[in-house]
Amino acid sequence: MPTATYGDTAVPVDDEGFFIDPDRWNEPMAEQIAREAGIEALTDRHWTVIRFMRAQYAEKGTGPTVRVLGKTSGVSVKELYQLFPKGPAKTAAKIAGIPKPRGCI
Amino acid sequence: MSRSHLPYDSGGMGKHIVILGGGTAGTMTANRLQRTYDERDFRITVVDQDDDHVYQPGLLFVPFGLAQPHHLVRSRPQQLNTAVDYKQTRIERVDLNGRTVYLDGGIRLSYDILVVATGARLLPEETEGLTGPGWGENVFTFYDLPGAVGLRHALERIDGGRVVIDVADLPLKCPVAPLEFAFLADWHFQRRGIRDKVQLTYVTPLDAAFTKPVAAKALGGLLAEKGIELVTEFTLGEVDGPGGRLVSYDEREVPFDLAVVVPLHGGAEYVGRSEGLGDELDFVPVDPRTLQHSGHPEVFAIGDAAGVPASKAGSVAHFEGEVLVHNIGRFLAGQSLDASFDGHANCFVETGFHKALLIDFNYDTEPLPGHFPGPVGLPLLKESHANHLGKLAFEWLYWHSLLPGRELPGIGSAMPEHGKHHAHA
Repeated sequence: MPTATYGDTAVPVDDEGFFIDPDRWNEPMAEQIAREAGIEALTDRHWTVIRFMRAQYAEKGTGPTVRVLGKTSGVSVKELYQLFPKGPAKTAAKIAGIPKPRGCI
Repeated sequence: MSRSHLPYDSGGMGKHIVILGGGTAGTMTANRLQRTYDERDFRITVVDQDDDHVYQPGLLFVPFGLAQPHHLVRSRPQQLNTAVDYKQTRIERVDLNGRTVYLDGGIRLSYDILVVATGARLLPEETEGLTGPGWGENVFTFYDLPGAVGLRHALERIDGGRVVIDVADLPLKCPVAPLEFAFLADWHFQRRGIRDKVQLTYVTPLDAAFTKPVAAKALGGLLAEKGIELVTEFTLGEVDGPGGRLVSYDEREVPFDLAVVVPLHGGAEYVGRSEGLGDELDFVPVDPRTLQHSGHPEVFAIGDAAGVPASKAGSVAHFEGEVLVHNIGRFLAGQSLDASFDGHANCFVETGFHKALLIDFNYDTEPLPGHFPGPVGLPLLKESHANHLGKLAFEWLYWHSLLPGRELPGIGSAMPEHGKHHAHA
């Protein structure tokens, strides 16, 4: 299983870099994951989304889709794309240290 | 067919089962319950707001003149067993704690079992500009009957240009239908001798033509073979009808002369007005294996209305129905439920030129090549004339076998494994 190193800590991740175990995550790691995803600094608005993602994961066992995020997080879909330009649901999940959201079809 | 008495004493007082929705899932559930159990054990009421039961798989064919709109619509109560009571009225809300459904005009229905089968609702107004200027002129959907008819006229008029098929976002009913539309559009323009003047583009929020890898490869290969451009990871943010542009949330643009858009989907409106019943999109979250609501064990959901990670498709409702009817009997008898629904879906994918392919899958197994339902059967994930005939025959089966709640011989709820080739995965 691949690992990623944040600070001095190696954590298990999947092939795309999503955390396997959200409990291994901490806030300083988020800053580093964000930079690797091309986001230079995390603002309060970023943190609103990140904390919301973690709470949703804890409650439902999967991160929300971007449409559900737009309806429930208090951040509109448009702003979500401004905050996380390369796909808000996936990028925010990665920064929040939760597994990749399950899309359904 | 033998009917079984429920193994409990109803004390001469039948339980009341209320089914909200008289479409594919609701009708099948009512008729199956009526066929399976003794009618002295309970009475069934089905509620829907109109009398138009639409054969939804037929909508795909209307824009191409391959189906007549009036042939697709029948009366809702006429599809129901005569012992089932039908109420045609708008649903106001459900009071879960009071086990009561509030209908328009102050009518109340109290229930012992509630089945939510009100399907999915199209929400075109939730996408900026989609229902603005251009809607019904150069922007259409074929996901409802008026849209499909309008699109038929638009396709007759068009002599060339950019035709774009776009899926706004997940979830959507019959996730293969927009792909089928692209395949049939290619065939349509070839028959008219103007295929070289038409640029066909398929635009999807997914990262490939379909969710699961093996089917995505096969279906993506068919798009390429037919010269249909594929645009992926495009989540529709805005439709500019007059300017002929689809704009994604990450500000990419796809130009069009004719746009065929599958709008956002949500559950029925009353679900949102019923505290504790639905999720953020008004679908009803139920256990994916038993179809029972987590907070209210006497509530079940089936078909497109259910918030389970299965396809929103008629075949899924059919396979769910077998488990649901069994579980309603067990619940009324005070027995534990069978967690046996496996997410089974089975879809014919029309590919034009009198051919179709067939996909068969469930929660755990993606669509694989092979044959269905066993080694000697219809080819899976492969175009054939036999599959096209299967798709056509399905319409008769729908009205005469599936809706009345008859089982299809040899095809059960659980996904068949033999006949599938895992080696390709």
